[in-house]
Amino acid sequence: MSESKPIVVIKDLKLALPSGADRAYAVDGVSFDLIPGKILCVVGESGSGKSMCAHALMGLLPDTIGREAGEILFEGQNLLQLDEHKWLGLRGRHMAMVFQEPMTALNPLMRIGDQIAEMFEAHGLLTPKDRRHKALNLLREVGLPNPERSVRAYPHQLSGGQRQRAMIAMALALEPAVLVADEPTTALDVTTQAQILKLIRDLQRRRNMAVMFITHDFGVVADIADRVVVLQHGKVVEQGSADDVLQLPQHPYTRALLAAVPSMQPPQRAPLTDRPKAVEVIGLDKTYVSGGGWFRPERRVQAAKAINFNILQGETLGLVGESGSGKSSVARLVMRLIEPDQGTVRVGDTNFTAIGGKELRKERSRIQMIFQDPFASLNPRRRVGNIIADGPIAHGIDPDVARQRARDLLGMVGLNANAMDRFPHEFSGGQRQRIGIARALALEPEILVADEAVSALDVSVQAQVLNLLEDLKARLGLSMLFITHDLRVAAQICDRIAVMQRGEIVELRPAAALFLAPEHPYTRELLAAVPGRTSPSTERMSQEEIA
Amino acid sequence: MLAFIAQRIMKAIVVLLAIVVLNFFLIRLAPGDPAVVMAGEAGASDQLFVAQLREKFGLDQPLPVQLYRYVKGIATLDLGFSFRQQAPVSQLILERLPATLLLTGTAFAISLLSGVLFGILAARRAGTWADTAITILALIFYATPLFWVALMAILLFSVTMDWLPSFGYETVGANYTGFAHVLDVGAHLILPAMTIGLFFMATYTRMTRASMLEVKRLDFVKTARAKGLRDAVIQRRHVLRNALLPVVTLAGLQAGTLVGGAVLTETVFAWPGIGRLMYEALLQRDYNLLLGVFVVCSAMVLAFNLITDLIYRSVDPRIEFAA
Amino acid sequence: MKRFWKLLLRNPGGLIGSIILLAAIAVALFGPIVFPNSPWRMVQRPFLPPFTISALPLGTDALGRDVFAGIIYGARVSLLVGLVSTLAALAVGIPVGALAGYFGGRIGDALMRFTEFFQTVPSFALAIVLVAIMQPSIVSIVLAIAIVSWPPVARLVRGEVLSLRTREYVQAAIVTGQSHRWIIWREILPNALSPVIVLASLMVATAILLESSLSFLGLGDPNLMSWGYMVGAGRTVIRQAWWITVFPGIAILVSVLALNLIGEGLNDALNPRLNKEGR
Repeated sequence: MSESKPIVVIKDLKLALPSGADRAYAVDGVSFDLIPGKILCVVGESGSGKSMCAHALMGLLPDTIGREAGEILFEGQNLLQLDEHKWLGLRGRHMAMVFQEPMTALNPLMRIGDQIAEMFEAHGLLTPKDRRHKALNLLREVGLPNPERSVRAYPHQLSGGQRQRAMIAMALALEPAVLVADEPTTALDVTTQAQILKLIRDLQRRRNMAVMFITHDFGVVADIADRVVVLQHGKVVEQGSADDVLQLPQHPYTRALLAAVPSMQPPQRAPLTDRPKAVEVIGLDKTYVSGGGWFRPERRVQAAKAINFNILQGETLGLVGESGSGKSSVARLVMRLIEPDQGTVRVGDTNFTAIGGKELRKERSRIQMIFQDPFASLNPRRRVGNIIADGPIAHGIDPDVARQRARDLLGMVGLNANAMDRFPHEFSGGQRQRIGIARALALEPEILVADEAVSALDVSVQAQVLNLLEDLKARLGLSMLFITHDLRVAAQICDRIAVMQRGEIVELRPAAALFLAPEHPYTRELLAAVPGRTSPSTERMSQEEIA
Repeated sequence: MLAFIAQRIMKAIVVLLAIVVLNFFLIRLAPGDPAVVMAGEAGASDQLFVAQLREKFGLDQPLPVQLYRYVKGIATLDLGFSFRQQAPVSQLILERLPATLLLTGTAFAISLLSGVLFGILAARRAGTWADTAITILALIFYATPLFWVALMAILLFSVTMDWLPSFGYETVGANYTGFAHVLDVGAHLILPAMTIGLFFMATYTRMTRASMLEVKRLDFVKTARAKGLRDAVIQRRHVLRNALLPVVTLAGLQAGTLVGGAVLTETVFAWPGIGRLMYEALLQRDYNLLLGVFVVCSAMVLAFNLITDLIYRSVDPRIEFAA
Repeated sequence: MKRFWKLLLRNPGGLIGSIILLAAIAVALFGPIVFPNSPWRMVQRPFLPPFTISALPLGTDALGRDVFAGIIYGARVSLLVGLVSTLAALAVGIPVGALAGYFGGRIGDALMRFTEFFQTVPSFALAIVLVAIMQPSIVSIVLAIAIVSWPPVARLVRGEVLSLRTREYVQAAIVTGQSHRWIIWREILPNALSPVIVLASLMVATAILLESSLSFLGLGDPNLMSWGYMVGAGRTVIRQAWWITVFPGIAILVSVLALNLIGEGLNDALNPRLNKEGR
């Protein structure tokens, strides 16, 4: 689709993992080109070797990784055989990199401006004064608000999106021919992500850069890719133009990945009427106060402001919002993991806020929670059987009965009963999440609260866990409060959706209606920011019309 | 910033007050009736004298009143009276304080500088024989009892080789003046300062090395490499600066140990500081003096902690002086 | 647990340390049975140099006492004081830290202020004062060492508990209706244990150093032969008889070194993060 010559050619790249890893090669016979003025997206799930390719291209592989075979040609020279001295002239100058987590990728003790100026210094360019001047201009170019202040700021004084802009400014300082971006928007909120993607796209066009963009998110691919490489277990399973790969995927793995991306179209759901309320939340308020002392001013964050909603029996209510919107606080308030400043939570007929001590412990079995992090949500030192049966035993069930139930539950969530005597670390992320679901179901709750329950999972696993949840919910007649930042996931599983911003619910409506005609401007902004919302070709066309 | 310092000073004063109260009760816990003990210390023990002492020091008053008087006394730098040495405790301590400050100050400076240097060296050459040698030496010095290092130093440099004096603060009877005096004190200072210094050097070496290796793995070091910066610059500007932060914290926490080191070292080298004074008080069971030294040591440690805390806060931009 | 021992013993330092410590424990347990002679008894002329009589390989001290016997009997005191005072410090530090970390709030604050106070006070000076006032004895020494060494335990445990408390599996335990006691015992403490074990092994080393320092200053139990006492007693005659101070010092050095090596080995075994280069 392009006539220009590739600037980077990767041929049969083979990188060996240290012995004892789960497979021999991190990257196994990978070939692709980077072309000036084009964005190549390298897509794959975790462990596919996509990040390794990026590090190999930048010469930043750890020593433990063996460069087995193949070559990376940049302007004709093989980078795999370059000595460190030649690398110094190349890195930053001709090839630059943007990392996933801008907080840790910036030196916490150096001002942003100095870190950008270092780019020039590293290559012996400009005077210190000019460097600072350039840094300021760069910050302006990447659209950092108040660049004069930002240039003097330390990383912790900027927000996540601002830090990533600063990282991009740094990478672009010497106008490199190649930009490597390793999941640069994964750590960001969806609206910020949209802005950063647009920024990268704009800058790349303006400067005719070749971009290698690593991502796990097909939505992002649809938004910015010209060409796509799909990696699985270190091998390229498919590559081609973005339109071809997204619309006519050839390889079954690509097809499966694309099929697993939830649609933005909520399925038709029969409205739920004439049902009793399973949960009723009335006027919840919660303000976090930190600091405060003899001489220190208090810092107040209002996590929940007059939150009202109810969940009908058998209904799934979605709670969506960006990080810091207070959605997780609301989940924890409902669970009484934290105490509200004001307001009431009713579970069925019980005033869940008013009870305490033994009574609360007993009533807790009615409302159970599924957590976000499959690695942190299971006690690493307890066997799976205990993890599931502990709850019922605490509620007075005979241990033998509880263990038998745990065995049944494992079957119900699609795991083998021999999982009982194993420890959590022996399971994959998706399997652990299933164990977490089994634990929640062990107490036979009426309500499930799922806090970002599928966010940490790869997209294919995510789809399976979502199906499992949906299925269990229907089978057991549960009600669910589903907290997520991902509007696609919310569209698929929720009957109604509440949108949260800065501790408030700004809009609460049936899912279909919300996606069809969002009322609140923030909801509209959120929806517009979801990557890959429209098909990639039309998106690009409209952009080209503007440009 | 000022408000912050004020807050910290207030906190230190509260802690000091608590130490003083603890001290008061420790005196009361000391064996025997304080008045009888005092009389004994003064070398007299007839009933009348004991009664006089009791009245003079308010020991016939109820405990809270005594406590109040004691605290008030300390607020005016009155730490009580040493009957053994027939002098006010505060005066005895003040006489000895400069020598201790000289010794610990020198030892601290030497150990911090050389410890950080060796730590950097070891971390830069991680895995080589130089690293192994430094690590093993640091491990050994870290495990060696201070008083024994002191004795071995005397055995080696004083007894066997006769290079350096092993006793006291200056050559008795020499009456050097001017620069000769400085040299003389310096020569006397070397062994005790090295003794304390070795242990702390080992501590800082280990800490710096571990911290450098830890920071080396952080993302921003990768960013620095991606910029094309030379390794030396990366190490100095990105790794070292971040790695030194925990070392500063550690240095602050070490102040208390430094005092302990001074007690042992001054005892062995007969260095006329407050550590040696504490040992003398111990030998003579002079509890007033012992606890007086203890309070002063605690105050010094508090001051030192305060200073390192302020330094830490001015080096790390992430901690803001909330005011 | 088996895996953990394997990891410790695979670490060369940990292996050497374990061997030395086992040897020291064997000496402390069986030495006095093999050498029933009291270390206080005069057995030969004073100042007998080492390696002259095979029955007294390390010579005699200023009172003609067997230096070798002293070292054998001293092992008991050092290891016993090291172990018991560390256990006592753990017995105070773990509950204080766990309660402060788990419940937080005013009680937690008060507990931590209390801890910080004890950590600010210069520890060796406080130990001296405490032993001097309680009168030197093995009990007062153990008490004094425990009193000055529990604060780091409390701080460490509190930090661990604070971070574990917000861990999702602990929240899951709360949500499933477990009691506080159950959560602390089953969910939190087992997971906070590894760093405490590492710290404890280093604390035994520090305790041995503290005990020998106290004994050196004449604050040891007058009825028990200890290494620090031997060094202190030999100090004044170091010019004539170096061996009286040198050998007990080496004994202290070697045992403390062994414990430090074990501590580091444990640290590597329990926090494997440093060994793995990230992918």
